[in-house]
Order: sequence, then structure tokens, then C-alpha cells
Amino acid sequence: MVDGFNPDYLFVFMLAAFLGFQLIKRVSPLLHSPLMSLTNAIAAVVIVGAITITGEEGATPLAKTLGFVAVLAATINLVSGFLITDRMLKMFKRKDG
Amino acid sequence: MEQLIVQLSLIATCALFILALMWMSHPSTARRGVRAGEIGMVIAIIGTLVHHEIVDYNLILIAMAIGTVVGVPMAYLMPMTAIPQRTAISHAFGALAVGLIGAAEYYKYAHVAAPGSFVFWALMLEMLLGFLTCTASVIAFAKLQEIMPTRPIIFGGQRVVNALIAAAALGVAITLIFAPTNTALFPLFVGLALLFGILLVIPIGGADMPTVIALLNSYAGLAASAMGFALGNKLLIVAGALDGASGFILAVIMCRAMNRSFANVMFGGFGTLAAGSAGGKDDRPVRSASAEEAAMVLENADSVVIIPGYGMAVAQAQHKVSELYQALTKKKVDVKFAIHPVAGRMPGHMNVLLAEANVPYEQLVELEDINPELPQTDVALIIGANDTVNPSARDDPKSLIAGMPIIEADKAKTVFVIKRSMNAGFAGIDNPIYYNQNTQMLFGDAKAVTADMVKELAGGGGH
Repeated sequence: MVDGFNPDYLFVFMLAAFLGFQLIKRVSPLLHSPLMSLTNAIAAVVIVGAITITGEEGATPLAKTLGFVAVLAATINLVSGFLITDRMLKMFKRKDG
Repeated sequence: MEQLIVQLSLIATCALFILALMWMSHPSTARRGVRAGEIGMVIAIIGTLVHHEIVDYNLILIAMAIGTVVGVPMAYLMPMTAIPQRTAISHAFGALAVGLIGAAEYYKYAHVAAPGSFVFWALMLEMLLGFLTCTASVIAFAKLQEIMPTRPIIFGGQRVVNALIAAAALGVAITLIFAPTNTALFPLFVGLALLFGILLVIPIGGADMPTVIALLNSYAGLAASAMGFALGNKLLIVAGALDGASGFILAVIMCRAMNRSFANVMFGGFGTLAAGSAGGKDDRPVRSASAEEAAMVLENADSVVIIPGYGMAVAQAQHKVSELYQALTKKKVDVKFAIHPVAGRMPGHMNVLLAEANVPYEQLVELEDINPELPQTDVALIIGANDTVNPSARDDPKSLIAGMPIIEADKAKTVFVIKRSMNAGFAGIDNPIYYNQNTQMLFGDAKAVTADMVKELAGGGGH
């Protein structure tokens, strides 16, 4: 599994990229700043890789150290990313709202 | 069975992330989008934690606890004016995580996987993007925070040096792909990628930051996608591709709004060559007015368009500007805000600041929608914007910013410009709008001048 290249992945990437273009094009320019912090928080899903590296059986001390820092950095991003996006969005009010 | 549950949790997370972006399209559904993203993230983390491969939870939970303790105050205490800096530094954190995971994976596979196998290609791409985005974002942060000078830093042979560093990083990466056991070379690869990130951003000036931040957002996403390829994790591929697409589109929008190409932003060193070639200085006289006079004109207008720029953010004038909006609206003046896509230091910067100051978002109008209205507008009030209202972009084909879409403030019947002094803007180009017959300058700090106008409107209201 490790050696070979799986074309399925490229297929998934292609579809996700096209979907991403279509979705982002519809986002109102009003919300470009919160959009950026939201996608940044979503990208912090790399934490799943960091968790595996840190906690898997036979992890070397080096892997544990690198994984620890990666989990830390990704957690900071996802926690502050989601919270600050919501904080920004809360401020966007309608005239009579 | 357990494997199936893990797979299903990843699929659910993917769906929730897609919904999150879908709901971001409009302010009325956007907060629902954040909820969807949060739920997706929790499902992904739990799905991974229950996986049988995970045997040691201590370090993971400690790191997550510390991360939460750091992240929560970061989100709540950060002033809205610091959003561009926060975004830059969060790209650095995200990219650092990606790079470090890549490094750990590399050491894991170095003596196991066959030389030249796909996993090394994916890992090297992941780390190259991850590490260069990390240092590039730190530099962008330092420039936005003004720890570093915001002007472009240029030195002789810069492009040659950059190209050599990039070539060296690629060379070492390819060597490591085909001779992965050569672990001594690995730190060199990381060092070169980090160095390249620094060199990439130091020649870029402050006003180009919206494009750079968007591009770094894209790189961080693509790095996460590359990691998905290396680990065989489809969730990472999807999340990374969505993030990559988002950053890329924003960068394209920013470039279009300046009528420039990616290459020009990344390698242009804009603003350094401008001084000499900017053409003759305008020697028409400049008219100036006081805040009191301006307040009287505003009060008697039917329609006012306010054009904010980075100067409003620097002076932290958004709350006073909002008070001005409230005071004028009370007097039945129709007030709109014209938002240029590159106003400020990141995409959407002005919108966030004005929303924070309680300006309803219906009043924030985009460039293409406001321009047809400006010839019928009584007063255009320019607060801390310069290049985005420079008519020479439209009229002078030799201008450095020729072809850049502008907000046509000069077409309004009266134009007021709040400005500190007559210094040129970021592009270093003289702005003819200041010398026009229908323009009056209000010299001073944006916050102080706006406050004076608000005071005048409150006092002279006749009640």
C-alpha cells in the first residue's frame, strides 16, 4: 500500500478541487476574511495525521516529539480558527437586526 | 466493523466540511457553516482516537489541552484590527504541523519503503509546501505586525539567489526520494525549504499582503492534501483541496482587483521602481476644508458614499466612521460604503472592521455595484484610501497602476479626502484626485477628523 500510487486519490482530489472552486465562487466578498479563517480551521484536520504519528504503536521518541508539536499547533489553529470565525460572523448584522 | 466506523466518520466529516463552505456563501447562514465545520472536526478527531492503532493517549491529550488553552484566548482577545496578522500566523502553525508530520513520516518510511516509491514523492511535496509556507507566513506576520519593515526588501541578484535556493531544495528532495536512507541530507532539505519561504516574502510590500496571505492559505491547503496522498487519507485530500481552492480563488480575485499577474505580485518588488517613472508631479493647487465645513456639506447631501482604505484601519477609525454613518442616516442622508477588494491588508478586511463597528452589511457595496451610482452621488468621502481611488489607473495608460479597477470617487459631485499629509500611497504614485476642482482635503488623523464631523453633526442638528 505504501509503495504504490493509488489513482483513486487523484480522482478524489480532482473532484474536491472542482467542488471547492464552485463553492468558494459563491461566497459573498463580504465574508472573505471569515472564509479564510474557516478554511484555515478546516485544514487543521491534519490533526488526525498528527494524532496517528504521536500515538501509534512503536512510535519513536523523535516521532512522538514531532507529533506532539504538530498536535499542539493544529489544536491551536482549529480552536482559535473556529472561534474567531464565529466571532467575526456574529458582527455581521442586518439593518434592523 | 471498527474500520467501517472509522471510514464512515471520515465521510461524515467530509460532508460537513462541504456544507460548512456552502453555508458560508451568505451572512445569514454563515454561522451555521461554522457549526457544521466544528461538528465535522470533532467527529474526525474522535474517529481517529478510537482507532485501534492508537495506543498512547497521554501526549495527544496533553498537546490538545495546551492547544485549547492557547487557542481560546487567542480567539477572544484578538482585536479585529489584528485579523490579518492572526490569519498569517495561523497559516504558519498549520503549515508547521503539516511539515512536522511529514518529517515524522519520512523517518518512519526511510528504511522501510522502496526508494523512489510514491509515498516519498508525496511526502517531499508536502514538506516543501509545508515548511516554505511556515516561514513565509512568519515573515508575512512580522510585516503585518510591523516588527519588520513593510516595504519590499530587495537586494542585487535576488531572483538568481531565489532560483538557486529553489533548485537546491528540489535537487535534495529528489535525491531523498531515490535514496531515502540518506537521512543526513534530510535536515538540509528542511533548511532549504524554510529559507526559500523567507526569501519568497521579503520582497513583497505591505499592500500586496492580501494576495500573499491568500496564496499562503492555498499552499497550506495543498500541503495538507499532499499529506493525504502520503498517508492514504481521503479526508485530508478533500479538506486540503477545499482550502487550496479557496486560497487560490481569493488570490486570483486580489490580483484581478489590481490588474496584476501572480508573477508580478510575487516577483515584482512593486513600489520600489515607482518613484522615478511616475511622470510629472501635479502642480495644481490643493483645496482644503475643515471638519465643520465638511459636516455641513454631508448633512445637506442626499447621498453619501464612504470609501474606506487601510488608513482607516491604521487610525482605528471604524467606530467613529460608524457614528458618522448613524448620525447621517438619522438626518435622512443615504450612506453607503464602497469596498474595494484589495482595500486593507487581507481579503474582506474592511467588511470585518465595519461590521465590528455595527455598520449593517447591506450598506457595504462592492466596486462593480457602486461605480454606476457614483456620478449621481452628492458626496464621496475617502477615508484612508489612496491607490484604490486613483483616477490615473483609468485615465493614464502609462501609470504604474494603469488598468487597475478603481472606485470612481472622482465622479461624485463633491469629494472629501481625509488624509494625514500629501504623501503618496503605497504605489508611490501621485493621485490626481487630490487636485481636482471638486475635491477638498481634510488634513489630519482619520479618527480625529471623523470625530470632529460627528460632533458637528450632533451639535448643529437644530434640536
